[in-house]
Amino acid sequence: MTDAAHPGTPDHGYSLPPSYLGAGTTLRSWLLTTDHKRIGLLYLASITVFFLIGGIAAAVMRTELMTPTGDLVSADTYNRLFTLHGVIMVWFFLIPAVPTTLGNFILPMAIGARDVAFPRLNLLSWYLNIAGGTLALVALLLGGVDTGWTFYTPYSTLYSNSYVTLAAAGVFVAGFSSIATGLNFIVTVHTQRTKGMTWMRLPLFVWSIYATSIILVLATPALAIVLAMIVGERVFDLGLFDPTRGGDPILFQHIFWFYSHPAVYIMILPGMGVVTEVLTCFSRRKVFGYEAMVFAILGIAIFGFFVWGHHMFVSGQSTFASLIFSLLSFVIAVPSAIKVFNWSATLYGGHITFEASMLYALGFVGLFTMGGLTGLFLASVPVDVHVTDTYFIVAHFHYIMVGGMVSAFFAGLHFWWPKITGRMYSEGFARAAALLMFVGFNVTFFPQFILGFMGMPRRYWSYPPEFQILNLMSSFGAMILALAYALPFVYFALSLWRGRMAGDNPWRATGLEWATASPPPRENFAEPPVVDSAPYDYHPAHAEPTEREDARDREDQDDRPEDPR
Amino acid sequence: MSGLNEPFQTLARQRGAAELGIWIFLASELVFFGGLFTGYSVYRFLYPDGFLAAGAETNLIIGTANTAILLTSSATMAVAVWAGREGLRRHVLWGLCLTSLLGAGFMVLKAVEYAEDIRKSLVPGAGFALPERGAEIFFSFYWIMTAIHAVHLTIGVAAVSLAAWRLWRGRVDWRGTAFLHVLGLYWHLIDLIWIFLFPLLYLLGRGG
Repeated sequence: MTDAAHPGTPDHGYSLPPSYLGAGTTLRSWLLTTDHKRIGLLYLASITVFFLIGGIAAAVMRTELMTPTGDLVSADTYNRLFTLHGVIMVWFFLIPAVPTTLGNFILPMAIGARDVAFPRLNLLSWYLNIAGGTLALVALLLGGVDTGWTFYTPYSTLYSNSYVTLAAAGVFVAGFSSIATGLNFIVTVHTQRTKGMTWMRLPLFVWSIYATSIILVLATPALAIVLAMIVGERVFDLGLFDPTRGGDPILFQHIFWFYSHPAVYIMILPGMGVVTEVLTCFSRRKVFGYEAMVFAILGIAIFGFFVWGHHMFVSGQSTFASLIFSLLSFVIAVPSAIKVFNWSATLYGGHITFEASMLYALGFVGLFTMGGLTGLFLASVPVDVHVTDTYFIVAHFHYIMVGGMVSAFFAGLHFWWPKITGRMYSEGFARAAALLMFVGFNVTFFPQFILGFMGMPRRYWSYPPEFQILNLMSSFGAMILALAYALPFVYFALSLWRGRMAGDNPWRATGLEWATASPPPRENFAEPPVVDSAPYDYHPAHAEPTEREDARDREDQDDRPEDPR
Repeated sequence: MSGLNEPFQTLARQRGAAELGIWIFLASELVFFGGLFTGYSVYRFLYPDGFLAAGAETNLIIGTANTAILLTSSATMAVAVWAGREGLRRHVLWGLCLTSLLGAGFMVLKAVEYAEDIRKSLVPGAGFALPERGAEIFFSFYWIMTAIHAVHLTIGVAAVSLAAWRLWRGRVDWRGTAFLHVLGLYWHLIDLIWIFLFPLLYLLGRGG
């Protein structure tokens, strides 16, 4: 493969326009861009900052929890730390992470489009996200919020003396950003597909972002209204959730979880899409059961709206309601299991190679399965009552959110990095980081399952001394995890500086985004591509998959030091 | 062709996209108000007597007048949209101006009503006028529902006025684009929400 990143290389048989990175280098050309690729990178920069802030809060908490007594921070500070960690990580990292970075960058290219349907709305959504994040950070700088990320009433409305209104306003504004992004992606997929890109030829990454967008549009407003009600109660003394005036605080939980359970799928569905792209590419296999995967994605998106009550088994809702929600929560495990089985069947008989993004993706499948199975424990009422508000819950949702979603985000980032920047990174370092992240994650969070089952409650800054060993393990794991998160900064920076040129399609992947230059031109494609085959066309139907023609070369390259000096 | 924006190649496709976009937005608006309607229903069920007593305290005359005004404004908005399809610039301008005036008239009457509500101590909090249990909750919903509706209406009046001005100055491509239709759909949603608010907030407790 010749170096295709330079414009005009005759490799394509036509001369290419300059890459999107060359279309302007001033700050203004970035801050006022309507190019979906640049907006994707703006988001990548902002979510990285939020991830660091949320991560630092987590690091302080894990340090505090190394000893049974509360000695590093006060109980009140600890409350503000876990609220900060939750608010920032959920709304300013996890929710936007994959859709707004990789989704923005890749989705239009994956359907052969020039851009999203509403490019200016796309830019506006980034500014709304920044505005919301700024409000939340101001609340933090002024002294923080101590309600937990869930803003439960009546504590958040009647008792908390922290900056709840400001933080809620920040999340409210960021909600508009989510809705704008979701709306944009839905319309883009409906109206911008290139010739021959039928619905059943869409890559599963596109399907998963599409389903995510539907949830974003239909769930986020419920969060917005319930936060508006909290602000109305705090600022204007309304009595909506005030028990002394006949209000019902549990109503808050219903509306909140009507958003926040589907929000779990906003976080995990895009990750599932990324992982499907990566697993098929590095096993050289068509995805097993494409239609089943599509219906599983849509099934998760729809059923996700009907399980919110499983967050409220101990809230005093009727036993009947709990049983129905429990049943529905078991039902939603079925499409998730279909996906896991189909990934396994895709790998079966494939020519598997272990590139860094593949390691992340395989890690995702394992960790998501563990998170999902412990979700079934929690879906059954008796077990849930036993472990409610313990570290079991904390471990469970971190397996889905961090083990699943963050692994998938890194899988996608490594997979599409050559497309985004036009350069390769050090495969050796990247593999080391992937393995370190898997090990560090499990050392951090597996002990928390045991702690929770033994009865250690969440959200306390001190604990009985007999829990110390497992807590020490967890904090030690967090250090490994921090190192694993720091490594990509190093080798991605090196890649930008002096990485090998990637060429158009370094992984020999299918998908339209690989059919153009790396980095792509502003218009994505020199001329609109035409699709005439199903996705994941890695081998002829009914034939065995074949080894990637360049796999042997690549292995040799990897054995050489990346930067011979 | 005028009015064509990136990344579209045909006006028809762009129109379809804009209309799909606004329908999706309206769907999200329904969920937004849906949270309030859910809360209202729950408390209406819990405190039927308080809600009846409180519902009788809202100003039926102004509420009815405002309903008539808003329904009429939807008609003038529809005139603007249909005239736009026929390319009748003067009719579009008249339709938009009337719509925006009627919207502003609604806001004026609403302000008068709010002033009266405050005089009658119908504001939740210390010194709330009605003793019945649940009445304060009713008025909590009254204020938050009408206030959020008023915010939407204010945005609507501003958008329609701006559209009229830009159209008058020839600064907007309204022929063949979805511009007027999108504006119209948003306006009708504001109207539609009010059609639900009116019986919930004004007709309750008047049966006796």
